[in-house]
Amino acid sequence: MLSTIGAKSIDDLFVDIKPSQRPKSFNVPTGKSEMEVVEHIRRLAKQNRDDLTLFIGGGYYDHYVPAAVSALISRAEFYTAYTPYQPECSQGTLQALYEYQSSICSLTGMEVANASIYDGGTALYEAVMMAIRITGRKRIIMDGGVSPIYRTILRTYTKNLDIEFVETAVSHGQADRAAIAQHFNEDTAAVILQNPNFFGAIDDHSDIIAEAHAKGILTIASVYPIALALLKTPGEMGADIVTGEGQSLGLSLNFGGPYLGFMATKKEFIRKMPGRIVAETTDASGRRCFVNTLQAREQHIRREKATSNICTNVSLCAVQASMFMSLLGKEGLRNLAQLNLDKAEYCRQLLEKIPGVTVKRSSPTFNEFTVSLNKDASRVIEAMIAKGFAAGFPLGRYYEGMENYMIVAVTEKRTRQEIERYAAALQEVLNDSKV
Amino acid sequence: MTVYMKLIFEKSVDGRRSFEIPESDVGVKGQISAKYLRKDPAALPEITELEFVRHFTQLSRRNYCIDTHFYPLGSCTMKYNPKFCEKVAALSGMAELHPLLPQLRKGELLTQGALAVLFEMENILCEITGMDHYTMQPLAGAHGELTGVMMIAAYHKQKGNKKRYILVADSAHGTNPATAAIAGYEIITIPSTDKGVMDLEALKAQITPEVAGLMITNPSTVGIFDTDIDQIAELVHSVDGLMYYDGANLNAILGRCRPGDIGFDVMHLNVHKTFSTPHGGGGPGAGPVGVNKKLAKYLPISRVVKRDDGLFALDYDYPDSIGYVAALYGNFALLLRAYAYILHLGKEGLIEASNHAVLNANYLMAKLKSHYQVAYDRICMHEVVFSASRQAARGVHAIDVAKYLIDHDVHPPTVYFPMTVKEAIMIEPTENESKQTLDDFIAKMIAADELSKKDPESFHNFPQTMPVSRPDEVKAARELNTNYFQKLFPTAKHNIQKMSSPNVLIGDPRRDSSQREPNGR
Repeated sequence: MLSTIGAKSIDDLFVDIKPSQRPKSFNVPTGKSEMEVVEHIRRLAKQNRDDLTLFIGGGYYDHYVPAAVSALISRAEFYTAYTPYQPECSQGTLQALYEYQSSICSLTGMEVANASIYDGGTALYEAVMMAIRITGRKRIIMDGGVSPIYRTILRTYTKNLDIEFVETAVSHGQADRAAIAQHFNEDTAAVILQNPNFFGAIDDHSDIIAEAHAKGILTIASVYPIALALLKTPGEMGADIVTGEGQSLGLSLNFGGPYLGFMATKKEFIRKMPGRIVAETTDASGRRCFVNTLQAREQHIRREKATSNICTNVSLCAVQASMFMSLLGKEGLRNLAQLNLDKAEYCRQLLEKIPGVTVKRSSPTFNEFTVSLNKDASRVIEAMIAKGFAAGFPLGRYYEGMENYMIVAVTEKRTRQEIERYAAALQEVLNDSKV
Repeated sequence: MTVYMKLIFEKSVDGRRSFEIPESDVGVKGQISAKYLRKDPAALPEITELEFVRHFTQLSRRNYCIDTHFYPLGSCTMKYNPKFCEKVAALSGMAELHPLLPQLRKGELLTQGALAVLFEMENILCEITGMDHYTMQPLAGAHGELTGVMMIAAYHKQKGNKKRYILVADSAHGTNPATAAIAGYEIITIPSTDKGVMDLEALKAQITPEVAGLMITNPSTVGIFDTDIDQIAELVHSVDGLMYYDGANLNAILGRCRPGDIGFDVMHLNVHKTFSTPHGGGGPGAGPVGVNKKLAKYLPISRVVKRDDGLFALDYDYPDSIGYVAALYGNFALLLRAYAYILHLGKEGLIEASNHAVLNANYLMAKLKSHYQVAYDRICMHEVVFSASRQAARGVHAIDVAKYLIDHDVHPPTVYFPMTVKEAIMIEPTENESKQTLDDFIAKMIAADELSKKDPESFHNFPQTMPVSRPDEVKAARELNTNYFQKLFPTAKHNIQKMSSPNVLIGDPRRDSSQREPNGR
């Protein structure tokens, strides 16, 4: 091959790199065999506590991933393909993404969806940017019930990108209508609402959305997709942009990623939406097929005038979520959601009987709820680890004055026995004078 | 309209069930008041598990992928994705780890293995690229770019620098100017010379105190290493501008050159390119960002540190940090695959990877340049750019050659990118392909050229062997059917009052593109 090229050695091919441009060092360890690498990582994996029984959620949930989903998403035809730039040899990915978009629309009650954003947090950031593009305004209001994890991300972007960001006071109940409405003005692009909110409270935001619309303000709904199998949809409430974390739709927890940011909106805003969008069309023979469409929004065409800089998104995770929704189906997803609700209710009832625990009942909840304890929640959770439970997420981590509060998540995977052992363990810890 | 493969919704039959949700074992029923409930269930399909399996298996067979086809998509680095990387990512100790565990009190003890991976990756990537620190948080390359440019902005803000412009090469990926615009900068495009490198005179003319930085890939998207990078860095640094390295093409220079040694202040990596994590049909990726000492204090939080007692922990105490760019710690399962890949290849393997990637690209150039106009007739790096200009004169365009290749069991190279080359065909063979595969591809490319002389008309019918032929993209954009259920929605406008929308941040592409569109990365 070298002689074909007309080079004497490999080094001849790198002549453009001057001696002064060569590495000052390159002390990467010598390569290890596959067996050694797998063994090394297996040892590291053993230093992670995947044996805990999880009652921790906070936006990331321990749902069961059916074997058929894992098997199909492991087909190399899906995971070793690239972005479907050549539609004729990418119909598998394209049709799967069209089906994904359709399922997301149906779940959220919206008209159009894109083919994914990186994750729930970045999807919310992209929704904010989209609302600013649509309205020409630069002020964003966020309800106090939105995830504090998303809140910290949005602060990063608003601080660095010159966007005014107003956060209403936090409470563990439903959205405070008056507190939100007092911030509505002519500079406001959008209000962000989350359902169920970070504390688990379910709400019907229709009234806030109507009031916002009357002032030309858009509404962004951040939602939990499993809950949407039961709950009033953002579409029914009138929301303009819907985003959420799709991890619960058949994706493993993976210590934080990859996850799935989904985004849906009204058809009138489709040209302002970031990310890839797949559309149906026909080929030269009139056969149905699917293509990426409205690419003139995207960076590879529009460069600095694009709606977003997003390129690689999380297509595979979108296809996986689509598989999950399809396999469970209409009744299955509802039943799954109901089972979550039932188990959470059982857990609530057991916790309520424990002295020192107060379950917040001011708002309806789904599979996650807020409790206050008679002790520091972070210390209680630490003591629960020793008993084999990740008992919840301590709200003091994000909110001053809520040191005794935690949120507890109960998914379909928690058995009656686990819930009972959890309640018993919590009672022991609360009785333990050393905690 | 002819339907050859039904949508999964079209296979649905009322009442069919597949995955069984177990009966509740808790004996209580959770109730939510009707006012909070949706009217109708989501219209998801009702099928059996076997139908589900067949549906997605059939869909998968309608894709070309690395495991089935040569996939020389320029600028995308479609190298083989080793199976052991999938195996380690699936270990339950990694895959089933809840991301909020380390945020609990003493929670770092619960995730020492995962934190070790992130910490070690930072060290290894620093050594590979010559940077001083890394964040693993960005979730893809473009997200890394935004992280990097926000750090550039934070640097200038803290120093009180008045900056307005980011300089971008004309051959750059679209993400570079798109990112800089979102971060609030105006873009100045610097042209390339006829040698395929940045035009230094043109650059000098744009060097003013208002330049915040310059974004560049090296080797560039035309596959040429810009030897003048020292001078470029010196010019940009002379006005306290910062140098951003787009790591998209790092696969060409592993062990041969490190961005940190040649004047770059900040860079991102695409682990789905250089470090072989699967592309997934358009992601997920991961875009770690490296910085030198100038920018270290602006890195996103949280950061993984090794404490004096030897334990790994999350640290948030960086007051100048730009903050969180993502919720958690990055796309961990991808970073883990990349970590496994790097450990396996090691120092020698990484150098070999670049050697072979560059050798393969130059071999293709040598064999094909008498048939296709080569954009820059000189040694290239990991990819080679041709122009189909000779074939276009016969009525056969780059896109037609691409469609011909589909019929001959090859995923086409990138076409119409970089935009600086007319009728561009950008080929990146990667290091994994054998001489036999390359020779087979060369023969197909030559046959396409021959056919373009004999029967140029025939190209317009390619591909013919796929489930579908060329889609009507204009119709797709005009009819805009992006949701199977959209017919259920009334066409009435929503009750939002019409708003004036001067676009404050970015332009408003209110037009559909029916022209041929370039394939970016």
